[in-house]
Amino acid sequence: MMPIEIGTVLYAGAIGLVVIGIAGIVLSHHLFRIILALVIAEAGANLLLVLSGFRWDAIAPIITGGAAAPTMVDPVPQAMVLTSIVIGVGVQALALSLMLRAYGAYKTLDIRELQRRMSADLAGEAGTPLPQSLEEPVGGRPLPAAGGDGR
Amino acid sequence: MIWVAALIVIMMLVAAVTVLLVQNHIAAVAAASLVSLLLSVLFALLRAPDVAMTEAAVGAGLSSVILALALRRLGLGSVKDA
Repeated sequence: MMPIEIGTVLYAGAIGLVVIGIAGIVLSHHLFRIILALVIAEAGANLLLVLSGFRWDAIAPIITGGAAAPTMVDPVPQAMVLTSIVIGVGVQALALSLMLRAYGAYKTLDIRELQRRMSADLAGEAGTPLPQSLEEPVGGRPLPAAGGDGR
Repeated sequence: MIWVAALIVIMMLVAAVTVLLVQNHIAAVAAASLVSLLLSVLFALLRAPDVAMTEAAVGAGLSSVILALALRRLGLGSVKDA
């Protein structure tokens, strides 16, 4: 049996983190849980970027002395990931502050309830009737040609 | 060495699933912090010590503090409730 390489394990971990994060973003109903899933997806993307410059038979990219340097791992993705981590925390803080503002205005964090109240609020401000749900149309759904959606 | 990396990866994926499945919000924040901490160990294993330091300080430390402060302001920061 062929032995499993370490690169395979690490790539599987990175892609698994990204997949878990995206699944959490798509499937969660709670706004705070969505932000946590975003953090996880960011971590997976960072690991994937560091892995792209990785060689198992290389040393850390630190120059010590003037001797002939042996093979180093690629330092450019590492510098990029260093920036990406800090920017990720900034994005997370921005998302949390927006979440706090939404909670202060609507007193809920469930995204369906939040969307319903926000659309009701918008329709009330604009004086238009409440937009109907596309998933459960009331009565028969009119054909696009006969429905007159331009009105 | 491969077993160490495989163990860390498995723990990281389990913690990531825990973030999405656990009911308590403080526990979810702790699990997300655990993901960042294990990721920093993995970065150190991957010959990126500077990235590991930054991930441990910023990703696992500052990020958890921000999340916990936001939870406290939301009033969801209780440990006991489901």
